[in-house]
Amino acid sequence: MKAQGTVFKYGNNVDTDVIIPARYLNSSKPEDLAAHCMEDIDADFVKNVKPGDIIVAHSNFGCGSSREHAPIAILASGISCVIASSYARIFYRNSINIGIPILECAEASEKIQNGDEVAVDFNTGVITNKTKNETYQALPFPEFIQEIITAGGLINKIKAGGKK
Amino acid sequence: MKLREGAAHTRAARNTERGVVILGMTMTQKILARHSDLGRVKAGQLIEANVDMALGNDITAPVAIKEFDKIGASCVFDKSKIALVPDHFTPNKDIKSAEHSKMMREFAQKYEVENYFEVGQMGIEHCLLPEKGLARPYDVVIGADSHTCTYGALGAFSTGVGSTDLACAFATGKAWFKVPHALKFVLTGKPAKWIGGKDIILHIIGKIGVDGALYKSMEFFGDGISYLSMDDRFTIANMAIEAGGKNGIFPVDKKTLEYAAKHAPGWVMPADYDFNADMDAEYEQTYTINLAELKPCVAFPHLPENVKNVSDAGNIKIDQVVMGSCTNGRISDLRIAADIIRGKKVAKNVRVIVLPGTQQIYLDALKEGIIEDFVQAGAVFSTPTCGPCLGGHMGILAEGERAVSTTNRNFVGRMGHVNSEVYLAGPAVAAASAITGKISHPDEVCGKEVKKS
Repeated sequence: MKAQGTVFKYGNNVDTDVIIPARYLNSSKPEDLAAHCMEDIDADFVKNVKPGDIIVAHSNFGCGSSREHAPIAILASGISCVIASSYARIFYRNSINIGIPILECAEASEKIQNGDEVAVDFNTGVITNKTKNETYQALPFPEFIQEIITAGGLINKIKAGGKK
Repeated sequence: MKLREGAAHTRAARNTERGVVILGMTMTQKILARHSDLGRVKAGQLIEANVDMALGNDITAPVAIKEFDKIGASCVFDKSKIALVPDHFTPNKDIKSAEHSKMMREFAQKYEVENYFEVGQMGIEHCLLPEKGLARPYDVVIGADSHTCTYGALGAFSTGVGSTDLACAFATGKAWFKVPHALKFVLTGKPAKWIGGKDIILHIIGKIGVDGALYKSMEFFGDGISYLSMDDRFTIANMAIEAGGKNGIFPVDKKTLEYAAKHAPGWVMPADYDFNADMDAEYEQTYTINLAELKPCVAFPHLPENVKNVSDAGNIKIDQVVMGSCTNGRISDLRIAADIIRGKKVAKNVRVIVLPGTQQIYLDALKEGIIEDFVQAGAVFSTPTCGPCLGGHMGILAEGERAVSTTNRNFVGRMGHVNSEVYLAGPAVAAASAITGKISHPDEVCGKEVKKS
């Protein structure tokens, strides 16, 4: 599994209220949520994002609310992968559960800049910055998480009848 | 990220068993061990635990219900162990939110969910569940709401999850967890006048930062706990998530048992298991906080870690005061605010909105004359709802406006316009600020001189 796209870069503590403000949570349709993704931190995100693009941020990405609408908005906006130095735990869980590949890599978080062209190989965890001609090694998924992703998310894993 | 206090790990004595080093368990780990039918768990271990209660609200349950339908289960795992509370955008603020509430109501009817609370019975979920005896000591509670960590006040393991996790729990009664590492917070001494749970947890978040407890349990110890009411403890555990914590948890003491006896009379203390933290349980860090030294504080925009003592806040004029939420919408919070506001008037051009946590709290406030105190002062007194806390309805801020709020988050745009500001404080500071129209120490409106710290 691979991803490649242009990077949207953000800082520390990007919270779920700026990923998808609560005023839009009266809908749970992915396309409605995607239309306002990142609105309060980057009003141009929705205009500029293309399928396959990648979000890179610093620490504690996705802090705050448990709203699954946040990763749903990101996924539906076309983002193929999120890379950060660390994540808030509920956001991390939710992303895995709905099938967004989400990687922890401090070096990538530090060195990748807004607009860089980046490719990610999820099997190896290698992140290639094509703009800067650099590579970074992300933490591989723990085995348990790999099982959920391989099954296509937590719901599919349960449907398959296996141990969650 | 803020600096950690000290460097010493608190690894105490270790036991050895068959040559393998075995550490004792924290309060959280003991509950998880018990609920996963494992004799012992250790930090970092992935386990599957049985849940005693699975909670959803009018924002998160609809997403969970769609996922539940995909699983194709014919029934929920246990009709008595699911709670559905329409509290965020209710009484419904618009057609779309009404559709969400309808979806949840119909799900509750179809699957005969026993703990569905219609408008009229509902309250803010984390005020309501303990009151109804649906969260009890040593339970495992998950909720598709990040402030589900509130029930740690009762000595439960409770944590926020997403809607997919909730859907799976509806079907299976189970959830997976990574057993958390832990931080120890030793609370000593007696809090001074005006100091409540909010000042204590804001002080802690100010010290360790919004990711200071990322993925970890925040476990509270010390003689200072005995001075804290259950309402104070709910406030503290409620905001563990604002430090990134997986859960916050208090030991069960006399006050907890009295609370449980009153609200969950059917609950029986497990006689065969010791849920206290082991002497040699591993805590990555220990923080000692002398409650007697704390001063009323306020978290400046736009993170709960931007904490200052109110006496050092400067001249911050405000447009609105919000008192309520799962953090500070309980009766003791309203009493503290009413005692300050009684007989006074709110400042000109300041809107003061009071939201009781539940219908019972509303009734108590009614009987005690608290509602009249607020209304006579020029405040509005609402039906229970999360409302403005998350920028839903009932008090949205315009561009450039500022609010002092007893809620839990002051992120960019949290209560309204992206260029509005939220200052987090406890009920005493909020009430004092309502009267002066600027962020104020309670002494300021009670005829006392306020010294800078």
